[in-house]
Amino acid sequence: MLGKTASGLFWMFRHLERSENTTRLVEAGFRMSLTRTAGNNNEWASIIMTAGCSDAYLEHHDNYETANVLDFLLRDRRNASSVMSVMANARSNARMVRTALTREVWEAVNGGWLILKDRLAKPVTTSELPSVLACIRQQSALVRAALHGTKLRNDGYRFCRLGTFIERADNMARILDVKYHVLLPSTSYVGSSLDNVQWETILRSASAESAFHWIHGGETSPRDIADFLIRDPQMPRSMIYCCEKLRGNLALLAEKYGESKPSLEMAEAMTATLRGQDVEQIFQIGLHEFLLNFLQNLSSLAAQIERDYRFQE
Amino acid sequence: MFFDEMMDAEGRPHEPYADYAAWMATMEGPALRRKAREAEAFFRRTGITFNVYGRAAADERLIPFDLVPRIISAREWAKLTKGIEQRVRAINAFLHDIYHDQEIIRAGRIPASLIANNDAFLPKMFGVTPPGGVYTHIVGVDLVRTGKNDFFVLEDNARTPSGVSYMLENRETMLNMFPELFSNIRVRSVSNYPTLLRRSLSKSAPPACTGRPVVAVLTPGLHNSAYFEHAFLAEQMGAELVEGHDLRVINGRVAMRTTQGYTPIDVLYRRVDDDYLDPLNFRPDSLLGVPGIMDVYRAGGITIVNAPGTGVADDKAVYSYMPDIIEFYTGETAILKNVPTWRCADPDSLTYVLEHLAELVVKEVHGSGGYGMLIGPAASKAELAAFARKLKARPAAYIAQPTLALSTVPVLTKAGLAPRHVDLRPFVMVSPDRIDITPGGLTRVAMKEGSLVVNSSQGGGTKDTWVLED
Repeated sequence: MLGKTASGLFWMFRHLERSENTTRLVEAGFRMSLTRTAGNNNEWASIIMTAGCSDAYLEHHDNYETANVLDFLLRDRRNASSVMSVMANARSNARMVRTALTREVWEAVNGGWLILKDRLAKPVTTSELPSVLACIRQQSALVRAALHGTKLRNDGYRFCRLGTFIERADNMARILDVKYHVLLPSTSYVGSSLDNVQWETILRSASAESAFHWIHGGETSPRDIADFLIRDPQMPRSMIYCCEKLRGNLALLAEKYGESKPSLEMAEAMTATLRGQDVEQIFQIGLHEFLLNFLQNLSSLAAQIERDYRFQE
Repeated sequence: MFFDEMMDAEGRPHEPYADYAAWMATMEGPALRRKAREAEAFFRRTGITFNVYGRAAADERLIPFDLVPRIISAREWAKLTKGIEQRVRAINAFLHDIYHDQEIIRAGRIPASLIANNDAFLPKMFGVTPPGGVYTHIVGVDLVRTGKNDFFVLEDNARTPSGVSYMLENRETMLNMFPELFSNIRVRSVSNYPTLLRRSLSKSAPPACTGRPVVAVLTPGLHNSAYFEHAFLAEQMGAELVEGHDLRVINGRVAMRTTQGYTPIDVLYRRVDDDYLDPLNFRPDSLLGVPGIMDVYRAGGITIVNAPGTGVADDKAVYSYMPDIIEFYTGETAILKNVPTWRCADPDSLTYVLEHLAELVVKEVHGSGGYGMLIGPAASKAELAAFARKLKARPAAYIAQPTLALSTVPVLTKAGLAPRHVDLRPFVMVSPDRIDITPGGLTRVAMKEGSLVVNSSQGGGTKDTWVLED
């Protein structure tokens, strides 16, 4: 397949994944803004930071009013990560790689974009926010379902998956990094209501509250949360799960093309590192340092994939 | 006064429409209008849009779709296809002759100036025989109708005719909207067009091709008005959709950058004009083409579809000679009639045209898309005077034709069915071993009452075109 097409598929699915992640962040932040005492908008600041758009946000706003944040994260085209921006990019990539998509996948993307363009045409009020967020998640679920149900498991499929898991791993690591201080054993007040809310937000940002409780039987501790989101291989948004998927998809590409590339080695090394360390060791290195290092490796991996498979000239 | 293809003067349906009209009589207005809205949503979801030139890049529009089909009987179609096939054979023979011995000029059947002064004539093609001998793999022959048995060829599109994706998607839409109609009325299928196109392209593979031919579609890119169609055809054929910057010449072949390095292409269905195809051989500022592709082509390393230089067969001055051209190469008289045409280059014709400007349609010889033309009966005095000045300044750049009484087919309006003017573009595929014509084609319809301009760039719409089974 064309390098350009591989690139288009990779980015299309990065953008789709990002729209879902932004939606989850909004959901978690909104919930906090409802349960916290009035006037405390700290949570939105950290949500904006997790979404990686603090600088852009502060260029246009000098406060974290709920309405401003919602608009920036959902609708503002000046924010490259807003749901509207990433859906427009996803669709534009989909048009570019139309030949590599099935009709069902294309229609799911295009249909989703048309629906969201309509739902997000005007600022979203808090009363309609839950249904708008549900709608965004549904659209991205439809695309994924169409992909799973109809796309040939060829090299194109692998690039879709690579884009998805690069973005998801990046998002998970950033969620943890923004909150790393509440997960550190030394500074946390175990059992305090503040931390309970903070922990819940972290889990909620990953749609992982009930999954976590299934595994850990109702006991909540920062150590377990960190372990779950970093190292649990059953958790589909955990960092190790994403790395394992990246490794697996790169291995399948190597097999199909009959040639192993440096990106596969990098993904193998990242997976092995995560497997080889338990949470205590990670805390010893320093959670923040560990996550920074991970994010750096991830971005090198993404760049290497682009080079290995000739996304550009 | 205009021939309506559905209803006769007494309001009875013509024979091909009998079953459809009976069905239509059972339909209620509101239900039909709801179907029309559903059809529009269907088009939006499938993304069948076109980009409008001269507007913001992101401006995507739908071509209006009307859900009353245009119906052609098996008998009518059989006659049309014979005429089209004859014409397309003649065009290919003409192109071969023009780029080799030019016998038709030596025989005095067309003037040498017709070719020598023709911008679409490519000296680089002189002496080149395309793989399989095919010049125009894909042709769109624009037909108009003025009476029950009166069809005329309005134009031959021998470069890169567009619109076939609408033919296919209009049918898909109708099948979705009105499945019951298709179980009652036997309509010939158009859906194998992409398969036939792929076959036709593969049959014209170049000498350098070993194994199964690699086919790609070359598009100018996402912002081209027909991008949707380029992507659609590539996807339907299972071919790569490439842009100039995905390609380069390596070891005498044109190759595309894949995830595994450069892979040679055997057949390139290009939707890029000749001028932009090769910056080394044609326009040096083109970013849409591939430097050196013409040299590869001449050496048999790739098939370019349609061949470069085919435009010399479809400008409006050459059109006026088509009856002679057909006779010269086939020894037969033309089955399909030409519209009578005055060549303004000829002084007597120019005089006539200037005297009758208010009754005529005047077109630029190299124009397309309905731009730069004058429709005499619809023009104001000032417009006529301005056009007369243009004509006198450059007479050879224009031809004139009588204003045709184009047939009508009803469209669904808020006030019910109303007649609108239509034309028809059937799509023809030429392979070295045979010619395929898809039963149907693209019916374009002027959505404005009384308007004769059917071009989508000028607000025209489309209809599904049914050819009935025998």
